[in-house]
Amino acid sequence: MSASLPSKGTMFAGVNITKLWKDLLPPTIAITLFLLIWEGLSQSKVTLLPGPSSLFTDERTRTLLFFPFYDRGGIDKGMFWQTLASLQRVAISYTLAAIVGIGTGIAIGTTPLLSKALDPLFLFLRTVPPLAWVPISLAALNKNEPAALFVIFITAVWPILINTAVGVREIPDDYNNVAKVIQVSKQKYFFKILLPSALPYIFTGLRVAISLSWLAIIAAEIVMSGIVGIGFFIWEAYQNNYISEVVLALVYIGMVGLLLDKFMEWLQAQIMKGQ
Amino acid sequence: MVATQTKPLPTTSSRSTTPLIEIDNVTKIYPSTAGDNVVIKDISLEIHAGEFVCVIGHSGCGKSTMLNTVSGFAVPDKGEVRKNGQKVTGPGPDRMTVFQSYSLMPWLSAYENVYLALDSVHPTKSKADKDHIVREHLTMVGLGEAMEKKPPQLSGGMRQRVAIARAFCLYPEILILDEPFGALDAITKEEMQEEVANIVANHDATVLMVTHDVDECLFLADRLVMMTNGPGATIGEILEIPFPRPRDRSQIMEDPRYYDLRNRALDFLYGGLEIE
Repeated sequence: MSASLPSKGTMFAGVNITKLWKDLLPPTIAITLFLLIWEGLSQSKVTLLPGPSSLFTDERTRTLLFFPFYDRGGIDKGMFWQTLASLQRVAISYTLAAIVGIGTGIAIGTTPLLSKALDPLFLFLRTVPPLAWVPISLAALNKNEPAALFVIFITAVWPILINTAVGVREIPDDYNNVAKVIQVSKQKYFFKILLPSALPYIFTGLRVAISLSWLAIIAAEIVMSGIVGIGFFIWEAYQNNYISEVVLALVYIGMVGLLLDKFMEWLQAQIMKGQ
Repeated sequence: MVATQTKPLPTTSSRSTTPLIEIDNVTKIYPSTAGDNVVIKDISLEIHAGEFVCVIGHSGCGKSTMLNTVSGFAVPDKGEVRKNGQKVTGPGPDRMTVFQSYSLMPWLSAYENVYLALDSVHPTKSKADKDHIVREHLTMVGLGEAMEKKPPQLSGGMRQRVAIARAFCLYPEILILDEPFGALDAITKEEMQEEVANIVANHDATVLMVTHDVDECLFLADRLVMMTNGPGATIGEILEIPFPRPRDRSQIMEDPRYYDLRNRALDFLYGGLEIE
């Protein structure tokens, strides 16, 4: 692989060092500058927000940073467990949202009457922000855990549903004409024509939804006391004025969000290979 | 015979049986805000089994609309189309169509595209039989080596070959070709015309083809149906192409009748126009 690359740079273990350097240098400089300015602002007391160095200087935060796997029972757990608890909720609700969203999207995309009946309702509901769902789901479900799951579900389901419906509606006439001439069975039409044709749209919806559901989990957990999860962790740290812990949690949230998006991108590339 | 011809047609004395396809006084109207748009008006045409009929006319004259009434994609507003005396009500594999845009599923390989059609038309055939038929037809159009490739990996000519293999493997009673070579370059086009001529001869197929290429018609067709300009397009004139089969392109071009027929067709198409 390395041999085929027309390269002017130094090669090391098959990696083009010069190119890697060129790719990594600008973001490294930008991030360093950002952290330095932040540190400067908090050192000079312009803001009460602790600087990035507080991740190491603050004892509680240092413990959290270096021991992500500790578990003292209750909700006093390391960052790994907090993140995992949130991720589990996302996984459950997101899976449910994918099933319901794709299923309903296909039903709507193939049934003009259903589409006419439900489109206005869906277009209205999808504009409701995740945080606004929290009191409603708490009132409706009475318990923290199912309420949190519902908030993620209701946030993630719309992009999947709407994109799937569009994907099904947008199946080119060419394909449908062929299906009509060869009088393909309903089952074959579904698996050999409808699903592959709508797949790129479905995946667009799935990718938007994974980011949204990760956003929603924070909103959902923040106001739901007494549950393990990175959202409530942030809220509790803020209540106790452990701001550097909030900063640490943000780093985790950002990393997980990025990884989730990259994972969906990879999955999409795998499934749509050769199309 | 039910259909009454309004125009005197060249007599086809050898064929006295019921025609395979009867287009009987068909009119198709597309409603629009500016009033009804009569695309084709009172078209009558009979196609007999084993015939190769080409339809030619200016773009937008309603050739494809007429084709669609036979394939079943368009329902006539007046008159009807019959196949073996039965009214045509919708699309079906007995009138398999090759579309100009190939219409292959890009996520299925060439083999799978053909197999999907065969499998859904003949679900009871054994898997081995179906496999054999698919391979046979793909090999026939010269794609024996490219069966596993997906349409995006194939050239335009190869894609159209897949579409043709897909159509012929169903042994349709009539094959409908809607400008099948329109998007191909000149050399590929001639190759494809020869391949189609061979397959038609082998399958003893009946073909209805729309094109705007006079030479293509003269090489392939038994009859050349020329349509007047729309709106309200109808059949202007029908030419019999008398060249014996199998045809050799250079041989028929030496035939003095070739240029006579060609000129008549071109005169019909362009002669009546004041402004090009």
